[in-house]
Amino acid sequence: MQRNAKVAYMFLAPALVLMMVFVVIPVVASFVISLTNFDIFALADWSNAKFIGFDNYVRLFQDELFWKALSNTLYFVAVGVPLAIVLSLILAVLLNSPFNHAKDLFRVGYYLPSITETVAIAVVWRWVLNPRYGILKRALEIFGLPSPNWLGDPRWAMPAIIMMAVWKGLGHNALIFLAGLQSIPSTVYEAAQIDGANGWEQFRFITLPLLAPTTFFVAIMTLIGYLQLFAEPYTLTDGGPLDATLSIVLYMYRHGFKFFNLGYASAMAYVLFAMIFVATLLSTRSRAEEVTY
Amino acid sequence: MKAARNIPMTVLVNFLLIVGLVGMAAPFVWMLSTSFKGTKDIFRYPPQWIPQEPTLDNYRKLFRTVNIGRPLMNTVITAVSITGLSLIICSMAGYAFAKFEFPGKNVLFMGVLGTLMVPGQITMIPVFLLLKKLGLLNTYSGLVLPGIASAFGIFFMRQFMVTLPNELLEAARIDGAGEFFIFNRIVLPLCKPALATLGILNFTGSWNNFLWPLIISTDESMYTLPVAVANLAGQYATEYGLQMAGSVMVIMPIVIFFLFAQQWFMEGVAMTGMKG
Repeated sequence: MQRNAKVAYMFLAPALVLMMVFVVIPVVASFVISLTNFDIFALADWSNAKFIGFDNYVRLFQDELFWKALSNTLYFVAVGVPLAIVLSLILAVLLNSPFNHAKDLFRVGYYLPSITETVAIAVVWRWVLNPRYGILKRALEIFGLPSPNWLGDPRWAMPAIIMMAVWKGLGHNALIFLAGLQSIPSTVYEAAQIDGANGWEQFRFITLPLLAPTTFFVAIMTLIGYLQLFAEPYTLTDGGPLDATLSIVLYMYRHGFKFFNLGYASAMAYVLFAMIFVATLLSTRSRAEEVTY
Repeated sequence: MKAARNIPMTVLVNFLLIVGLVGMAAPFVWMLSTSFKGTKDIFRYPPQWIPQEPTLDNYRKLFRTVNIGRPLMNTVITAVSITGLSLIICSMAGYAFAKFEFPGKNVLFMGVLGTLMVPGQITMIPVFLLLKKLGLLNTYSGLVLPGIASAFGIFFMRQFMVTLPNELLEAARIDGAGEFFIFNRIVLPLCKPALATLGILNFTGSWNNFLWPLIISTDESMYTLPVAVANLAGQYATEYGLQMAGSVMVIMPIVIFFLFAQQWFMEGVAMTGMKG
């Protein structure tokens, strides 16, 4: 037993040391840094950083650009998450349908965007969205619809980013929903058919309630991912036009690694952390109410 | 009743799926097509899917003027190192959690899982300061080290290893096999499916990583592909053919990898519901 424990620690040691150095200590250090005025002078010599209490947090809540970044991020989340869920659920139902005759082809095809690197695919989207030569303009034209100057118009830049993010994550979420759909026993549907429930009623009163844990899981994971919005606006708009797509992480990146206001940027990181923490707590809470059948 | 609805439903379901699939595929086709176009073809309207005068000029410029070979090499080195080291270290830790009893086991395991909640942006600044102090900015170590140990990887390996029969390990111990031998020769070979799935998730994840390389690699010679492409998009803002060729370099290797190993990718999603 004693010998056993020694062996176990030996196997654990490399992973634990790395996690200690690169995750656990930095989480604490980040909070400590957020209580200092760590800036470019401190970068040269750490002793230039002074403890300033919660001043960074106070300053943050008086910073109009931070509020702008916060509200932009919430806009992205509030529209993007429901849209992503509804569309990927519809896709999963279609993929699961007995009338779908090319399951493998569709699964692979829809999954493809999820494995692409965000910056590279955003560069492609910038070209797709081009107001003069882009294929989206052409596609809308065919249906007689006007095409806005997507990334150049403060009203349309965020919808364009939402469109790309939803497009990219669609197949991944749909596959999770698909696994959820396939875990619902067919006997439940058979019973409903005997009771005379039509297709919509079966979806509304069987599929949706039994799928609730999956839906919640997808919603929380998407929410956590979307709160960290960064690469899309970094590539597509650099936060513009008129700061319409400035996100929390993009603003944090600017302060942290453009101006090296690392104390101030750490405070922003902690506000983001708090938001994600609440979302994660909600998700662990929900596991307790797992639906059984 | 089912037979009567069969044809219209089949048409409807497949029509919707095909329309959606066209929407999924169009940006990829558009990217590939533009990357083989010269200026004249690029600025044609309505857009042409097939280049009228196909050319390799964009790729030539990408390798000669932009020197994409260097970021390509950096990305390969980084992704391969992270994947290899991560598989070793995570399976070792996963093994300890799956097959050993030791004081503090539950606390440590909960601690490891707890770090799943920590977004990368939180640890970024202190880790940057630490690596800067150690002189590891613009080095492979700086790119690789923070990415090796992942709570997800440890959890994933543990879940798989718990299912291995204890009798097998006991029998080997009775035969006098050393602990390292057992891990290396008995446990790891049995974990091949899990290692393959985790390896693929890790490799794709590190190939596609952007924010950390952006911060740690300030010198052009240490850029990874995503950073180089982001830079390219700013520097050659109107050279769409060149930009598309750059995106092809980042996206297509993973797409091809995916097409060959899709069952492992899909298994990863099914087993975890999470991306690597």
